[in-house]
Amino acid sequence: MAATGTATTSPLPPRARGALLWLRENLFSSWGNTLLTLLALWLIWQAVTTVLGWAVLDATWQGKDGSACHAGGACWPFASAWFGQFMYGRYPEPERWRVNLTYALALAGLVPLMVPRVPGKPWTLLYLLAAFPVLAVILLSGGVLGLAHVPTDLWGGLLVTLVIASTGIAAAFPLGIVLALGRRSAMPIVRWLSIGFIEVIRGVPLITVLFMASVMLPLFLPEQWTIDKLVRALIMVALFSAAYMAEVIRGGLQAIPRGQFEAADALGLSWAQKMGLIVLPQALKLTIPGMVGTFIGLFKDTSLVLIIGIFDLLGIAHAASAAPAWLSPSTPMTAYAVAGFIFWIFCFGMSRYSQMLERRLEAGGERVVAKAAYE
Amino acid sequence: MAALTRPGRANGLAGLLYRPEVRRVVYQVLILGAVAFAAWWVVDNVAANLRRQGIVAGLDFLGETAGFDISQSLIAYSNLSTYGRAFWVGLLNTLLVAVLGIVAATVIGFVIGIARLSSNWLVARLAGAYVEIARNLPLLLQLFFWYAAVLQTLPSPRQSYVLPLGAYLNVRGLHLPAPVAQPGFWAVALALAAGLAVAVAVWFWARRRQALTGERFPAFWTGLAAIVVLPLLAFLAAGLAFAVAVWFWARRRQALTGERFPAFWTGLAAIVVLPLLAFLAAGSPLRFDYPQLQGFNFQGGITLLPELIALLLGLSIYTASFIAEIVRAGILGVSKGQTEAAQALGLSRGRTLRLVVVPQAARIIIPPLTSQYLNLTKNSSLAVAIGYPDLVNVFAGTVLNQTNKHAVEVILITMGVFLTLSLLTSLFMNWFNRRMALVEG
Repeated sequence: MAATGTATTSPLPPRARGALLWLRENLFSSWGNTLLTLLALWLIWQAVTTVLGWAVLDATWQGKDGSACHAGGACWPFASAWFGQFMYGRYPEPERWRVNLTYALALAGLVPLMVPRVPGKPWTLLYLLAAFPVLAVILLSGGVLGLAHVPTDLWGGLLVTLVIASTGIAAAFPLGIVLALGRRSAMPIVRWLSIGFIEVIRGVPLITVLFMASVMLPLFLPEQWTIDKLVRALIMVALFSAAYMAEVIRGGLQAIPRGQFEAADALGLSWAQKMGLIVLPQALKLTIPGMVGTFIGLFKDTSLVLIIGIFDLLGIAHAASAAPAWLSPSTPMTAYAVAGFIFWIFCFGMSRYSQMLERRLEAGGERVVAKAAYE
Repeated sequence: MAALTRPGRANGLAGLLYRPEVRRVVYQVLILGAVAFAAWWVVDNVAANLRRQGIVAGLDFLGETAGFDISQSLIAYSNLSTYGRAFWVGLLNTLLVAVLGIVAATVIGFVIGIARLSSNWLVARLAGAYVEIARNLPLLLQLFFWYAAVLQTLPSPRQSYVLPLGAYLNVRGLHLPAPVAQPGFWAVALALAAGLAVAVAVWFWARRRQALTGERFPAFWTGLAAIVVLPLLAFLAAGLAFAVAVWFWARRRQALTGERFPAFWTGLAAIVVLPLLAFLAAGSPLRFDYPQLQGFNFQGGITLLPELIALLLGLSIYTASFIAEIVRAGILGVSKGQTEAAQALGLSRGRTLRLVVVPQAARIIIPPLTSQYLNLTKNSSLAVAIGYPDLVNVFAGTVLNQTNKHAVEVILITMGVFLTLSLLTSLFMNWFNRRMALVEG
């Protein structure tokens, strides 16, 4: 039998290798699987032909107003005519370089902060949280240093979306830390106040909070005080996201082993030293993916401000879809497609970034708090 | 820490402040004072502002005539009804869209979540694409898309799309045949209730028997049958013969083995046979009212408003993408060793899933699932943007605009409703977690 041994171990038939084998194992392993594959192929075919037909084949590429757009596909001349509005709202055209400069300043801080290899994170964070907001307000609002004043009701589009989301998250960050520490405090009054605030905010929809900003906030303040509509929305969005941020940070605090607290106590550190030097640096690192998740949720939810009359990216799309000059059956779809594409790029990019961070932290053996608790 | 601060005690008042317990009290008194001052300041401002505008706060306005129409109402309502009535109409509409949305989102979410784990490469990728698209677009944008870009471009009633079973779809909404109970329908309803009672009784009995004898019993499926199969089979005439056959089979099996009483089938048969007998005895007392084109619109049947359809589509598709991720994480969260151990014990694939994987995955899935349900309910408030008459639209929208003087009360009531819902949810969650912890221990 030993002589025939080589004959029995002949290699596998060549056609069962490579792509064909992969196809058979992953797509056609059984009858049911084959059916599923065919169904999936059909769905993909439907989706691709619908989208391609709408966006390219049936689309209108030339035209001066809505009367040109009756082919049933996208109305691209409308999108290019309104593109400036989508980006800046009614921000005066000669002043738009200021918005772009603000974006550049933000990127100058964000890029080094987001690339893990670049050193000096505390300084970049300090720049973003302390210097940049001042610069941004001066640049965007103007009225000083020879810059013309641009009132906030002219702001719109992606600019407002970014302003609300980033202000919201920047203000929610310190507030969230305070609330999270308060919720874990040994002092009952502090604890109950924090729990009350967090749970009430998390229990109501953002829209009621925004309604509160537009109808109730003026009542809360003395008669002579008036607050800009955008600022009112900003305050409410910040308070709202602070409650969610607090829950993410609390998750991070809970993930810190008890030994760290005890070691800090044993060294005789004060409460502020213990939290600031030992606990928070570790906890916040763990919560970065969760915070990015919260930011994605907040970024999507900024679109709700259109209900109280602020024109963010979606608000502009909504207004544009009913613009008299471009009235056509395909205008709304084009407007929402453009806005949706921009929203999607931002959210998808951020979610991928957060997944990358999560993997890095997990590779470092950390217990990651990925739960955003905010969707 | 206490040891380090103790020496300070000797230095009188200043030393006293170094004692942690004293400092805690001082901090808390200061914080409470600041919060109380802020609250007083706000209340004082509100009172001053209201006084200046000559407004008397209170809930009396709820008894005033509303004077506006609501496009969809589950209870009797006209423009002569009160604001209080309008509140209930809005609340019921919110609950309606929340319940329908939760059912749809759960079904889609579980299908997509399981599809993401499929061994079929293409299906898994397709499900992944669904999740990445649906959860990375703002819900409000999705609502506008469905409402303004899809449903508003449907044809007029005269050019309606004709759907199977006498349904029509057009720009005014989806027109469905409405079941109309004829005299004598109460008998069927009664039989349904009786069948349900029998199923519940069987379930309890099975639980006790399992506790006593350790014999397993498919109580989950009995429950599922009571909830899902019951309304469906109740009206299938063919089901009668089937149920009776099963009944006899069950009896014979019991007589032969004596040991394992097949109460599942008993329950099923009870549910199916009783309503069917009642249905036939009363002479099929259920007719359908079909929608018919009269003039420019459809009359009769049930009409689902385009606003409701858009809201349901948006809410369920958006929430389903999150539910899918929860389901996926839950199934992946059950360690592979559990499945392998079950297979080593000789359990079939179905039993492995049902008895080993699902109960453990449920423990991971249910808490975040509940919070998604709550999110969906809160998100239903976006109805205001497309004009579906939910609580926020009717009450915090129209009522607030009409009774501008009572803005504070209206907003507080609206928030109170959502807070109550979320409180009930967290109570359920606490109960559930306790129960799960008990099982584990």
